[in-house]
Amino acid sequence: MNHNLLLIILSGALINNVVLSQFLGICSFLGVSKQMKASASLGGAVIFVITVASAVAWLLYTYVLAPLGLEFMKTIVFILVIAALVQIVEMFLKKKSPAVYKALGIFLPLITTNCAVLGVALTNVQNGYNFIESVLAGFGTALGYTLAIVLLAGIRSRINEDDLPAPLRGAPIVLIAAALMSIAFMGFSGLSF
Amino acid sequence: MNKYLERLYNGLIKENPTLVLMLGMCPTLAVSTRAMNGIGMGLSTLAVLVLSNLVISLLRKLIPDQVRLPAYIVIVASLVTVTELLIEAYLPSVYEALGIYIPLIVVNCIILGRAEAYANKNGPLLSIFDGIGMGLGFTVALTLAGGVREILGSGTCFGLQILPDTVEPMGIFVQPPGAFLVIALFIIIMNAIGIKTRQRKLVESGCDGCCASCASKCDTPKEAAK
Repeated sequence: MNHNLLLIILSGALINNVVLSQFLGICSFLGVSKQMKASASLGGAVIFVITVASAVAWLLYTYVLAPLGLEFMKTIVFILVIAALVQIVEMFLKKKSPAVYKALGIFLPLITTNCAVLGVALTNVQNGYNFIESVLAGFGTALGYTLAIVLLAGIRSRINEDDLPAPLRGAPIVLIAAALMSIAFMGFSGLSF
Repeated sequence: MNKYLERLYNGLIKENPTLVLMLGMCPTLAVSTRAMNGIGMGLSTLAVLVLSNLVISLLRKLIPDQVRLPAYIVIVASLVTVTELLIEAYLPSVYEALGIYIPLIVVNCIILGRAEAYANKNGPLLSIFDGIGMGLGFTVALTLAGGVREILGSGTCFGLQILPDTVEPMGIFVQPPGAFLVIALFIIIMNAIGIKTRQRKLVESGCDGCCASCASKCDTPKEAAK
């Protein structure tokens, strides 16, 4: 693997962390991070969907939309691809591997409107990535998402036991925890290769 | 109160989408680095929201219930594409500043949420007013967050110098962590002065209510229980 590809994964996962520096997928980041297990499951589902969605979106854009001069249709096409993909993944898992389906089941439909998926597909096109770069960027981004949500779930399980001032309970303390994580992740922006 | 004005009040204050319902957090956190961005993003979303509410309200009897979510997504995505092209053509500086967050209006929870919660049950005119109210509420919240971050982070507001030169602006507030901090601060203030937000319920239920598909998922167990 050459240097550049590794950089794409690392930059997706750590340097430009999708949640903490680009603010994509905040809803599920705040909503599902209550339990470690649930967040890890969601992370797994997101890694899978984003990686496949980046690949499919790239193929469609390059071989269908671009030759037809329909680049402006990308938002509509991508969101439909993602919605269909999530449906297919759900049906496939239900049939082939009920155990995984049971673990991910509730979280799969959530992913359609997770803006990280659409965001990655659009950024790949914007950056002019080739096929392999797109898939790796998708994978790296999803990895970063999973890392962030699992870390936040870990922090939240500690916070729950603390005696907080009333106005801080609930969302505010979670947002403050996210802010501190975001500061920590800013440290990665100095990484260079 | 007149029912149309009531819609505006509802969107601006009572059910402010960002500060009370905690919907659409992604664009709120991402583009609120400057007050001007808040207005740009807010008004773009307002335009899409008003049109999507109108279209969905007009089509509400034609769209079969089972396929309503895909249908809404297609309608919203088309409107967003039109808006994006118009902004790119006429307001290139706004287009530059908001970047990828314009196409991402498609997955803004407020839009699908209003379609599901209001426009598919009410007439076109009321739905338009609902869209205006919600859109204005979103714009006000975004501009407020953008203003606070801009003043603290770069010492300016709408590009005008506010803080004297001797005060060093706190750069962290225009960086990503500042977004989380400022929104946390807003909610703390609202909690402290006793404005009830729905966020606690939303965050704790695990179903963050942020999207129609999730909302429909949340309904399923209830229906099954019946």
